[in-house]
Amino acid sequence: MADSLTNKKAPAAEEAKPSAPPVTVMSVLAPAIGWLIPGAGHLIQKRWIRGLLLMASIVTMFVLGLLMQGHVYQPNGGDILDILGFVGDVGAGGLYIAAQAMNWGQGAISHATADYGTKYLIVAGLLNFISVADAYHIAIGKKP
Amino acid sequence: MILAPSHFTAALLFSLFASVVFGITQRSTSREQIRYGLYCFAMFAGGVFLAGWVMWILRR
Repeated sequence: MADSLTNKKAPAAEEAKPSAPPVTVMSVLAPAIGWLIPGAGHLIQKRWIRGLLLMASIVTMFVLGLLMQGHVYQPNGGDILDILGFVGDVGAGGLYIAAQAMNWGQGAISHATADYGTKYLIVAGLLNFISVADAYHIAIGKKP
Repeated sequence: MILAPSHFTAALLFSLFASVVFGITQRSTSREQIRYGLYCFAMFAGGVFLAGWVMWILRR
């Protein structure tokens, strides 16, 4: 009886199982490009306005963070807040790589609102993570 | 070049950029995206004012 029950339930269980999203070139390329250049994951999928708005928001936020003398975190294995700061920063992709290459965000802080700059840099990276996830959802057809 | 905005300006700029990204990524249609973006901005800006008044009350 147990077998018959199992047999009866098997097709229903298979139907209920969510199907894996299709792996396409775009589903890999869009998040990768989107991480490297904020908003580009949308642009290569011809979501021009969304891509440009995302790019403008994230790049402006990152640049403002640098202009406010925000701190750019280095890869580190020390304090948990420093590690999380690095994880946030690295979300900005190419912007973070450029900042590291140019040694930006390492100077001495000379005014009180510089901490806002650090937060701007981290949040720009975190917002880019959301943007990358959105580009992926568009690529797999989950979002129009 | 060094930028040193006031706390209020920095908070409003933060709200603006975060709201744009939230609006675009968290909703599907253009209309919903605009509405949600505006909602997020209003919540951020309202939160700034509320926190400001709470700090003012605590300080007195």
